[in-house]
Order: sequence, then structure tokens, then C-alpha cells
Amino acid sequence: MSKLGEIKGITRELIALRIAQEIPDGSYVNLGIGIPTLVSNWIEGRDMILQAEIGMLNCGPIAEGNDVDQDCINASCQPVTEVPGACYFSDCESMIMLRGGFIDYAVLGALQVAENGDFAGWNIPSSGRGKIGNIGGSMDLAVGAKNLYIAMEHINNTGEPKILKRCSYPLTARGVVKKIFTNLAVIEVTPEGLVLREVAPGISAEEVQSLTEPGLIIARDLKEISV
Amino acid sequence: MDKTFPNPEAAVADIPDGASIAFGGFFTCGSPIYLTRALAGQGARNLTVISQTIGVGNWELNLLVNNRQVKHAICNYPFARSASKSSPFEKQLHNDEVTCDVYPMGTFIEKLRAGAAGLGAFYTPTGVGTIVAEGKETRIINGKEYLLEFALKPDYAFIHAWKTDKHGNVIFHKTAQNYNPEMAKSANITIVESENLVEPGELDPNAIHLPGIFVERVVKVARPRIQIGIETAPEEL
Repeated sequence: MSKLGEIKGITRELIALRIAQEIPDGSYVNLGIGIPTLVSNWIEGRDMILQAEIGMLNCGPIAEGNDVDQDCINASCQPVTEVPGACYFSDCESMIMLRGGFIDYAVLGALQVAENGDFAGWNIPSSGRGKIGNIGGSMDLAVGAKNLYIAMEHINNTGEPKILKRCSYPLTARGVVKKIFTNLAVIEVTPEGLVLREVAPGISAEEVQSLTEPGLIIARDLKEISV
Repeated sequence: MDKTFPNPEAAVADIPDGASIAFGGFFTCGSPIYLTRALAGQGARNLTVISQTIGVGNWELNLLVNNRQVKHAICNYPFARSASKSSPFEKQLHNDEVTCDVYPMGTFIEKLRAGAAGLGAFYTPTGVGTIVAEGKETRIINGKEYLLEFALKPDYAFIHAWKTDKHGNVIFHKTAQNYNPEMAKSANITIVESENLVEPGELDPNAIHLPGIFVERVVKVARPRIQIGIETAPEEL
């Protein structure tokens, strides 16, 4: 624990940039709240279409000044702009896109991720809210997206690992996470276990392992995160 | 077939105690604020509120909550984002004065769609293996596990529209469409408040989002002035 203050890794912005590099052109993408939203800062000029689950394709950057329209927001209740080719639709149709497998890449935050690809992101037991909470569209996106990526800090505020053998918080979905991008590492979820693919500059595989509960399989071609 | 009512108060006057009402709108966007205010004045009690959220962005619902008109809510995102900023509804829930069912967004809207379409239930993969699945029937279909979820048919729906003709044909504006179409289709009596009200024939028939057959009542309202954001409720309601 004494090392915590020293192990910083890369910034939230660079986690987002690393994810933007991972998503191929020609993809329909849905971004969750938090670090995932920052991915949108790195896709200018890319052939990528953002879906906003309120009911919009080709959702553009945050709107400011005269571009703000009270009838045009994203799922985080921020005013957004349209980019050419935009369209609007109902939430029912939006959920068909999420649950029905039309989203190529979804990027979500998480409270916990397990080595079997389970993740928990909607309910913190200590909040006192019990079994009732803000599920929103997260469960639909989780079960339907072709590729689900998690973007998060590697450990929580109290220094405990967020990557665990089994999640202890209420799940968002079972066995759906493909890759985990953190300030310390890029980790792939495979049937054999978690594979450590990349480490942040200045961070060793041993340090990542010390802050990760399940055993990591070190990729033979382990690289430094390069953005 | 003129479905217009003179004002929101007249359009909600007959809503009885114990009614279930679906409220369109996604946080601050596309919420039926005039009809909600009218219902707060009308005073019907023991209501079931079906809405994305309750008093988070759609602040007018707090009028009903604070009047103790709400008994039960069906939501997909019931609370403020931060547990330290609990809404009036969350406080009443904490004191066991009201009850709440939460469904994932896709299940929430599909329950309404199924109700509209005359279906009794549907199977969804969303929520399998989570708290949402507790006590629910599951079934393996083509090797994949699904949950049985039941249709929902509200007594009333409150809808906010951009342009409507007197037959109840509706065009929504941008993301203010959100839950409104399926809520309108599912309810026994659908009441539309519309920023623009025109004669039949004035709307482009190709552009209609919600055909008039799903709408019983229409009332003209002003375009509301809305502050975007869910962190803090505005001073005046």
C-alpha cells in the first residue's frame, strides 16, 4: 500500500486515447459516463459513429453557446451537437440497437471487473440504496454490444483492486468484458484468464500484478502503452 | 375528429385516484411539464408513476411526490447520480412511504412496447445473472438464457410533443422523442401537450413519428424554457 502514491500510470485522457486507437474505423460506438466519455475527444477525423442511448446517431461534441438546444442532449444530460448524417429515434429503437447487437464497441466504466468477464457498475452496496439503483441502459449495452471494453482506474479510492477473481458488488452482466483499459495496464479477458498485454510507462508487470487480485498471464509480447 | 382540449387542467381533470401514468421524457428533455403541473393541482392520489426517473431533471414530478400523490414508481434510473443528493422520492422510499420497481432501460421500454402491441410478456437476455433476474422465470432459447418480463399497460400517458395536428398526429423534436412514442402507444388514454398545434393536413404525412390513432387528447402549450442538467433543481417550478 505504501507504493500507492508513487504508482500513477497514465492520465484519464490517455486511457481514453488508447481506447480510441483500439476501435477500428467503420465502427458504431456507445460511450458510457466517466473516462469512456473522454474517448470522444480523440476521434476527430475518424470514421466512427457515436450512438447516444437517448436516441441519436452521429452524436457530436458537447454544445456550447448558441449551439445549445434544450431538445438535444446525451444520456448524461449534457447538450450535444449533431454531426452530418445525424438521425433521431425513440428510446425503444435505441434499445434495439444496444440489446440487438448493433453496437460494435461499447466503452463503460466499472466498479469491479472479474477474471471471467463479469462486471459490476451500477450499485455500490455501501450507498445504502439496497437493490434499487440507477441501472439505466448499462445492462442492455453490456449484453448486446459486440465488444465491451471497460475504462477505469486500476484500483479504487481506498487502494483496493477493482480487478477481482469474482465481483462482490451486484453485477451489470456476466462474462461480457473483452478488454480492460486502466491507468496502469491493458488487460485482455480470455478463457484461459486475464492476459496482461500492455503496461503504462515506468510500471512493471509485477507492480500491476500486486494491484490485481487474480493471477495475470503475462503476454509474450508485453508492450508499453504507447499513445 | 378534433381531440383538442382547452388547457392542461381540462385534459387531466378526470384522472382518478390510483391511476397509473406513464410520463415521457429523458431527464430534462421531452418531459410533459405542463400536464404534470396540472395533475399536481388536480390532486389525484395513490398514483403509479412510470418514468425513466422521478424528480431528477424532470423536476415537476417532485410536485406530485411532495404532495404525497405518488404511491409507486416504475423506473430505470430512479435516483440522483450521487447518493448524497437524494431526491424527495428517494427520501420517501427510504422511509418506506412509497415503493419502486427498477428495470433496465431496454426492459422498461419493451414492457410498454409489448403492452401497446397487445402482447402479454417477452423474453430478454438483459439482466440474466443479476439482481434483476431474482424470482423471475428463465428459459433457454437457442442455447442462450433469457428472462421472462411482463407487458405494462398504463391507464394514462403524458407526452410532450413539438408539432401535433388536431387528429393527434405527432412530430417530436430531436432527442425529446425518447420514451414518448411507446408510452403514447401503451396507455389507454394518451394526453399530448404540444408546442405547436395545427390543422389536419398541415403536417408532412411522411414525417409523423406517432400516428393519431394512439392519441386521445391534445393540448397546446408554450415552448418551455428548460435548463439542461441534473445536478441541481431550478429555484422556481
